[in-house]
Amino acid sequence: MDIPYTVNPRSDTGLYNAKVGIWLFLASEVMLFGAFFSAYILLRVTAQQGFWPDVADGWPHGLLNIPIGTFNTAVLISSSVTVVMAWMALKENNFPKFRNFMLFTVACALGFLGIKTFEYKEKFSHYVIRTTDGKVVTGHFDVDGKSPLFWTLDTVKSKNIEKLKVEVDIPNRYRFPVGMQVPEDIHKAHAEGRHHDERVIEVSQIDSLKAFIPSTHPFFAIYFTMTFLHGLHVLGGAIVLAYFTFIGTDLWRKNPEQFTNRIEVGGLFWHFVDLVWIFLFPVVYLL
Amino acid sequence: MSLKTFHIVFVTVSVLLMLVIAAWNFGNYRDNGTQADLTWGVVSVIAAVGLLIYGKIFLRKFKNVSYL
Repeated sequence: MDIPYTVNPRSDTGLYNAKVGIWLFLASEVMLFGAFFSAYILLRVTAQQGFWPDVADGWPHGLLNIPIGTFNTAVLISSSVTVVMAWMALKENNFPKFRNFMLFTVACALGFLGIKTFEYKEKFSHYVIRTTDGKVVTGHFDVDGKSPLFWTLDTVKSKNIEKLKVEVDIPNRYRFPVGMQVPEDIHKAHAEGRHHDERVIEVSQIDSLKAFIPSTHPFFAIYFTMTFLHGLHVLGGAIVLAYFTFIGTDLWRKNPEQFTNRIEVGGLFWHFVDLVWIFLFPVVYLL
Repeated sequence: MSLKTFHIVFVTVSVLLMLVIAAWNFGNYRDNGTQADLTWGVVSVIAAVGLLIYGKIFLRKFKNVSYL
């Protein structure tokens, strides 16, 4: 049985069926991501004045890697340009050109996910440490030359570690939102290339030790939820686009118009995924 | 809405993002005078202009493709 309207538009909608289908799907996706954006903004505006962890209910402003996030934004914008070029190449009946553009698009998707994985790993090995004298620091520590992931105070105690050599963060300039001046000593430290202070902390003096994971702060909960959900969409899109590039090319020989329409539908999904990031990046990284 | 139309929307939003990033960097430069903020602000403005030029070329190249 032939599926109707895969190439020619239906008279009532003026569109071929797959295009109607993808737009209905994207409408449901807008509602999904819209709910998370609303949740993020509510958490952000109801947070107390001041920076976490100095203020317990404050917001952990500037803890994300903005240069890396900016680079990832450029990667996704480039991939949207190449997916359109790939579609245009099919309209020009140029399959080798289509394949080259698609390869670049899939490479961008994998690059984005690779960079995101690096960012996640950096967060899972980043700790907030509260000591019994009420002080709190953030930073990394090494055990046997490795940065441990997801450790808690119980993990440290179970390994009979008595002292931790912690690379305590000197707040970077991104921790100070627009309109707020960076204190002179912090400014000077970074100008001298000093981004951490090394400090030895006795384990017996540690009150709590938590990695930057969802349960540590609502910011991390919503950040990981939104970016992981977005990452799943990037992975899904990359798999579909890779399928059209490597495995599903038989359709191009049998029915080039239908194949071109499928690429358009894949391109629409890809643009949506990239558009979500365009909103996600400034909201999560800069605000 | 065709991929062509969605791409135009996407490029428009990307231009706006670049301008937001530029404003954010210039704001940081105003507060702290860090040279890197000024440089990134200028780079963001150049990226916004580059995307606008790209958008114009794209519209010319895709003039025969439907918006629907």
